[in-house]
Amino acid sequence: MLCEEIDTLTYLEAESINILRELVAECEKPVLLFSAGKDSIVVLHLALKAFAPAKLPFPLMHVDTGHNFPETIEFRDRKLAEIDEKLIIASVQKSIDDGRVDEQSGPYASRNRLQSVTLLDAIKEHGFDVAIGGARRDEERARAKERIFSHRDAFGQWDPKNQRPELWSLYNGRHRQGEHFRVFPLSNWTEMDIWQYILRENIEIPELYFAKKRKVFDRNGMLLTPSSFIENLPGEEIFEASVRYRTIGDATCTAAIPSEADTLEKVIEEIIATRTSERGQSRADDKTSEAAMEDRKREGYF
Amino acid sequence: MTIMNQVKTDNSSSTLASNSTVLRIVTAGSVDNGKSTLIGRLLYDSKKILQDQLENIEAAKERYGNETINLAFLTDGLRAEREQGITIDVAYRYFTSDKRKYILADCPGHIQYTKNMVTGASTADAAIILIDAKAGFIEQSRRHTYLSMLLGVSHVIFAINKMDLMDYSKDTYEAIRSEIVDWLPKESNSDYHFIPISALEGDNIVKKLDNMPWYEGEALIDFLDNLQVNPKNVFDHFRFPVQWVVRPQSNEFHDFRGYAGTVASGHVSVGDEVTVLPSGLSTKVKSIQIGGKDVEKVSPGLSPTILLEDDLDISRGSLICAKAKPALSDNRINAVVTWLNAKPAQTGKRYWLKHSTRWVKVIIEDLNNELNLHSLNFEESSSSSLELNGIAKVSLNCSEEIYYDLYEDNRTTGSFIIVDENNFETVGAGMITA
Repeated sequence: MLCEEIDTLTYLEAESINILRELVAECEKPVLLFSAGKDSIVVLHLALKAFAPAKLPFPLMHVDTGHNFPETIEFRDRKLAEIDEKLIIASVQKSIDDGRVDEQSGPYASRNRLQSVTLLDAIKEHGFDVAIGGARRDEERARAKERIFSHRDAFGQWDPKNQRPELWSLYNGRHRQGEHFRVFPLSNWTEMDIWQYILRENIEIPELYFAKKRKVFDRNGMLLTPSSFIENLPGEEIFEASVRYRTIGDATCTAAIPSEADTLEKVIEEIIATRTSERGQSRADDKTSEAAMEDRKREGYF
Repeated sequence: MTIMNQVKTDNSSSTLASNSTVLRIVTAGSVDNGKSTLIGRLLYDSKKILQDQLENIEAAKERYGNETINLAFLTDGLRAEREQGITIDVAYRYFTSDKRKYILADCPGHIQYTKNMVTGASTADAAIILIDAKAGFIEQSRRHTYLSMLLGVSHVIFAINKMDLMDYSKDTYEAIRSEIVDWLPKESNSDYHFIPISALEGDNIVKKLDNMPWYEGEALIDFLDNLQVNPKNVFDHFRFPVQWVVRPQSNEFHDFRGYAGTVASGHVSVGDEVTVLPSGLSTKVKSIQIGGKDVEKVSPGLSPTILLEDDLDISRGSLICAKAKPALSDNRINAVVTWLNAKPAQTGKRYWLKHSTRWVKVIIEDLNNELNLHSLNFEESSSSSLELNGIAKVSLNCSEEIYYDLYEDNRTTGSFIIVDENNFETVGAGMITA
């Protein structure tokens, strides 16, 4: 149906709301993955709209690497208190302490990949059969092929060559015991849509997204933030620069970009002008191999 | 210190979503007729290929020992696809113009991937059928055209590609065009359009170059930007499948009972009379909310919560319709079904059927005429099974009534999927016929 009467953001909002309601109706025990990054903040906003004036029919869960920007945690806790919803914290530190995963060491150590195990363990522990994520198909080319209702087998694995066909808006959320779904309500959004929606709906996001003088160091052209979690290599000098973050993930692999954009409007202008994709610019984790995302997704990553 | 390389471009298309609309397109074609080049071109010329993605393609080029950058590497998302040089699955691509956001379902062209073409076409407003001017209107193009029409795609655009190899000859273009026109059915719900292009040179894709002065129409992207709803496809009767009942059960909203869903067709305003299926009882719309805020009227595609004057028995699976023209209801329906699973469809076997927001059990009773994917005629079939990628006219017996419209009228209330009883895989997709 060609929706000439509604603009792009309204169309996307309505589609996402439809997806959120459908997964709640189709599955037993959903959970919303909430990282306090802009995409999951938008999913939360859409979920509140989908079920208003009722409360959310699912809890939120933060897969916490322990390597956070302090601003992220402050934002997360304040937001949750404001909307009075329940938050579950799945801790990567606990997975390490319990011997479920091995901590990497050295200057390139990151807990990013360890999150998959923590997430799958938490899904099993709480008996969730849907984890709602903020991933978008425009982020990375393996994601371009992923379904909105994306099936995971009993081992939490994604089988990209054997996905359920998804026609019209008829989502199939049925599954056997032990299997689960990842559902991505923002599948059809682009980074630009997200920013413009944040602007239109006046959605609050962490201040990390806006340019400010911050301490950084340069590693292979990526500006990383010094912290106790990152071992610095010789010659990596810490300096101050006006930067902002385009994505907010684990602090060890999320890079800042030089920017003077200190308002939403300026951020949008800057994104329009830029020719580097969001993940390439600020995610060290995607640079490791040509199919880095596909490999991580297969084993249960977001 | 090295500051990262932020390449600036004069991007005049500021892509402000606030006054743009969404257009969903499907493309189909095989490796040879230049589909990936066309898509690469659309993405590249509308400045959507980003610097780091180009670097990835460069790296992949070396790894696979190719001599030139292959734009197909942009669209082939899975490792197996890049290794085998084929496209396995539907990929969704996004690009924007000044007027529109495009959601493009990029489907592999081979006959064994008919299910992907059907999937991509199911949500598309327009189909781009890419035709290699050297090869003409070959069987595969005919099949893609046929499937697009079958799936109710409003606009079918024939992009006659590789005009550069044909000396940009008007005669070649006209010959292919009349061959297609002769083949097309005289009556159809789809509109047809023709554009001569060279994806390789970028001719008539985003810009009109000087090579084909005889072509007076628009470049592809301008054409898509100006595309409007095909009036043959407007079904203006209100249909609202109930997804979820919103009952806050809080002190503040003690008596609140709202029906949440997405408008499948038509409009509804506060005060309008509606009929609710299955009960057949009528009432009036008391109020309409989006995200907890009152609105007066809603249009197709919106996802409101609707409150009614009377307290009727309504739950997920109910259908709220315009009182003047409610939907049909029956447990026996005819349909055209595409089979999507390696395990063939069998008559007499029980399956689940999901139609709008309802699940019922279903048995395929008759499986008579099967589409010959080469001749594109429905032929009498004596088989009691339907193989993967097969398309057949069937009669179905559902365990309960469903509330529907014909697919040619309404893609949402006229479509369904068939799901395996044991492993819950989506095994079939159907369109309801008279």
